Amino acid sequence: MIPDAIEKEILIDAPVDTVYRVITEPAQISQWFADAAELDPVPGGEGRLTFEDRATNQRMAVRLRVEAAEPPRRFAFRWDYPDGEQPHEGNSPLVEFTLTAEGTGTRLRVAESGFAALQRPEQDKAAYIDIHDKGWDAHLASLHGYVTRQS
Amino acid sequence: MSPGSPDTRPPGRPGEDEQLWEAVADPSRRKVLDLILAHGQATPTTLAAELPVTRQAVTKHLAVLARAGLVEAHRHGRETRYTVRPERLGAAARAMADAAQAMAAAAARWDRRLPAIKRLAETQATTTTTQPPPQR
Repeated sequence: MIPDAIEKEILIDAPVDTVYRVITEPAQISQWFADAAELDPVPGGEGRLTFEDRATNQRMAVRLRVEAAEPPRRFAFRWDYPDGEQPHEGNSPLVEFTLTAEGTGTRLRVAESGFAALQRPEQDKAAYIDIHDKGWDAHLASLHGYVTRQS
Repeated sequence: MSPGSPDTRPPGRPGEDEQLWEAVADPSRRKVLDLILAHGQATPTTLAAELPVTRQAVTKHLAVLARAGLVEAHRHGRETRYTVRPERLGAAARAMADAAQAMAAAAARWDRRLPAIKRLAETQATTTTTQPPPQR
């Protein structure tokens, strides 16, 4: 398997429906994710997240598209794909939320994947030198760390 | 898989990348690569002599590495010598380094976002549900 996904989870003392609304409603997304959010949280729905850099007052907009919306269990989107392109496996990370009722609370899992496909093939020479200096294990150890250390 | 139009995908992806990743994901194969790099070239026999595996196992590893384009076979009479293709090795290393960096950044961001989601949801759970006490 390609080690290119991170996974994290958190136990929340709130019902799944409440958590689902927090992660899908634009007014709430703007409180935990971006500074502003527009989104139609249905499959195929498109949206935009705006981030503000407070130091420079600059705004940056990032597009996203909903890949799955199955309230209140699952919500997934691709984001950060280039302008003028449709999101797909090779140009954008996939974020997947899974919600599971646990007692009176909710276990929320998030996985973000697709980093390996995003690499750009330039600077091969620099990388070749790098691999001599550090070896494969340094690269892989850091990768495996992110895959296995989560949760 | 994704509904995006496949013709916008950069050429050679992601199958090629997957082969690269799979090729270097195995520690034995990385050892094989390292040895070939150290010697400049190597045969399955010389590699097997330096590794705790059989010549057949080495040959299998070399086949995977060759399929991923990381090594090249050269026939010299009865033996086959292998050399590393530096440009492909560089691409693999770059891919790993980039992915590791992107993943570190993403992991750190989720470490901030998940507690924020938790706070929001828990605030709403206590304010919106004027809970009747559960019936035991």
